Amino acid sequence: MENDESLRGLGARLVEALPGQVTAFRVAHHELMIDVSAADIVDVMTFLRDDAGCLFRELIDVTAVDYPERPQRFEVVYNLLSLRHNRRIRAKVACAEDAPVPSVVEVFPVANWFEREVWDMYGIMFSGHPDLRRILTDYGFEGHPLRKDFPLTGFVELRYDEAEKRVVYEPVTLTQEFRTFDFLSPWEGMTRVLPGDEKAGKGE
Amino acid sequence: MGEVQIANYTMNFGPQHPAAHGVLRLVMELDGEIVERCDPHIGLLHRGTEKLIEYKTYLQAVPYFDRLDYVSPMCQEHAFALAVEKLLGLEVPKRGQYIRVLFSEITRILNHLLNVTTQALDVGAVTPLLWGFEEREKLMEFYERVSGARLHSAYFRPGGVHEDMPKGLAEDIHAFCAPFLKFIDDLEGLLTENRIFKQRTVDIGKVSQADALAWGFTGVMIRSVGLPWDLRKSQPYDAYEDMDFDIPVGRNGDCYDRYLCRVEEMRQSIRIMQQCLDKMPSGPVRVTDRKIAPPRRAEMKNSMEALIQHFKLYTEGYHVPAGETYTPVEAPKGEFGVYLVSDGTNRPYKCKIRAPGFPHLHAMDFLCKGHMLADAVAVLGSLDIVFGEIDR
Repeated sequence: MENDESLRGLGARLVEALPGQVTAFRVAHHELMIDVSAADIVDVMTFLRDDAGCLFRELIDVTAVDYPERPQRFEVVYNLLSLRHNRRIRAKVACAEDAPVPSVVEVFPVANWFEREVWDMYGIMFSGHPDLRRILTDYGFEGHPLRKDFPLTGFVELRYDEAEKRVVYEPVTLTQEFRTFDFLSPWEGMTRVLPGDEKAGKGE
Repeated sequence: MGEVQIANYTMNFGPQHPAAHGVLRLVMELDGEIVERCDPHIGLLHRGTEKLIEYKTYLQAVPYFDRLDYVSPMCQEHAFALAVEKLLGLEVPKRGQYIRVLFSEITRILNHLLNVTTQALDVGAVTPLLWGFEEREKLMEFYERVSGARLHSAYFRPGGVHEDMPKGLAEDIHAFCAPFLKFIDDLEGLLTENRIFKQRTVDIGKVSQADALAWGFTGVMIRSVGLPWDLRKSQPYDAYEDMDFDIPVGRNGDCYDRYLCRVEEMRQSIRIMQQCLDKMPSGPVRVTDRKIAPPRRAEMKNSMEALIQHFKLYTEGYHVPAGETYTPVEAPKGEFGVYLVSDGTNRPYKCKIRAPGFPHLHAMDFLCKGHMLADAVAVLGSLDIVFGEIDR
């Protein structure tokens, strides 16, 4: 396995070799992450695949993370693997809800389904994708389930209707209210000082 | 008589076809009996695992991993456990690591037995399936003895394994190993040089090295084309570093080579299991940190502290420091990875499951183009597809 030093070296080299395209790099938990600007993702991916020092020939995974509070709400995450150098890298692209990200299908054919899945789950558009259909959800499904504002229970449920002899969709009805408990500990989570506790800890 | 133009026609394969390995629906465009295009429609088994995990504590998320690829449950728990441990910065005790490796290899045999024999069934041989399931039953008994469940074990947990092995289990697993090698020889006697089996699999679904990389193949799929890539060797986790084993590599990248790789991998798994049992250290099987691992039941009977810790761990769970990691393991089907993002609370902020079967099935169109319809079944069998992990 790689050590952090060589990962940092690679990260610094990428920032230098692709100025403006790779904006930053970090190493955490022995893993290298780079930030890529959305418009340049195809160029960066091609570089990562073909450059002799990188040779990330395999695209392992594409996914996204939703941060609703950020102005650029989504982060598209590409995980790459180099068999030659036995090394992994994670490229991240920030994108807004309505801005498409260029598709990398031309660089890695495997990205086709991964991007379809991200579209299905998060509603991130990939420009230049040959076949951006839904993949995991039902035919005719509405909404993007992995967004943080999509409820866990969903909006519709389906059942077999004996009278109509077919499956029908209905709005979700819960026999018991959906329960989420706040399990965050009042002991460790509380920062307020209780009356009478002002002097606690002062003597140490 | 003039030439007659026959239009291509589209055919539905599955989702309730016995050779569709679950709930696969293939929309195939056929020119006579030649597959021109093959579009897999997946998602019929989509249960929203990733969404559900975001609403569960880290410990509650573990059983979901059993239900992904339901023929290799423990390997997937392993990936999740390793990811959480990485974020928590935990070091699992040696004995815990050895037990995990031992059961990962049992899982590999479970998976390969199912795949090799159903692949044979798909191309017309019924006997291997019947033989193989007898052996699988013995292995699942080991599962049951160690975790209480034959399939959905929830045994590997962040911090180690749930319980130590019961008395006598190590000896019984040891006793299983040698006769099982004999069984593999018998199984090979049925298939390896079988004329019909070879006619159906040799040179079918051939992949080149460049294509295997471009299509994101991992595991047996990439080893069968001649690339010696195995995460257990190249990026070892847990106790795999201490193990001595070989990586079988194919030469042609066809269905037959994939079958041969799997059979040899079962032999290597037995080797690893024997080494695990021989070298098994003593000591705890999970971390002793009470903030992560619950106390023993016996301890709770007379320790107030233990009772509180137990209550806290099973309601609130533990908090994982903010951060993110992509942690893969070499699951029987290929690289199974967990991309885990934590925001510092007791629930994962995001948990993406990278299933090896997903890119493999994606390549179905590429693999089947120009093959006969019957070959599509052979290719599908050799891909080792299980829908639980693909649809998630």
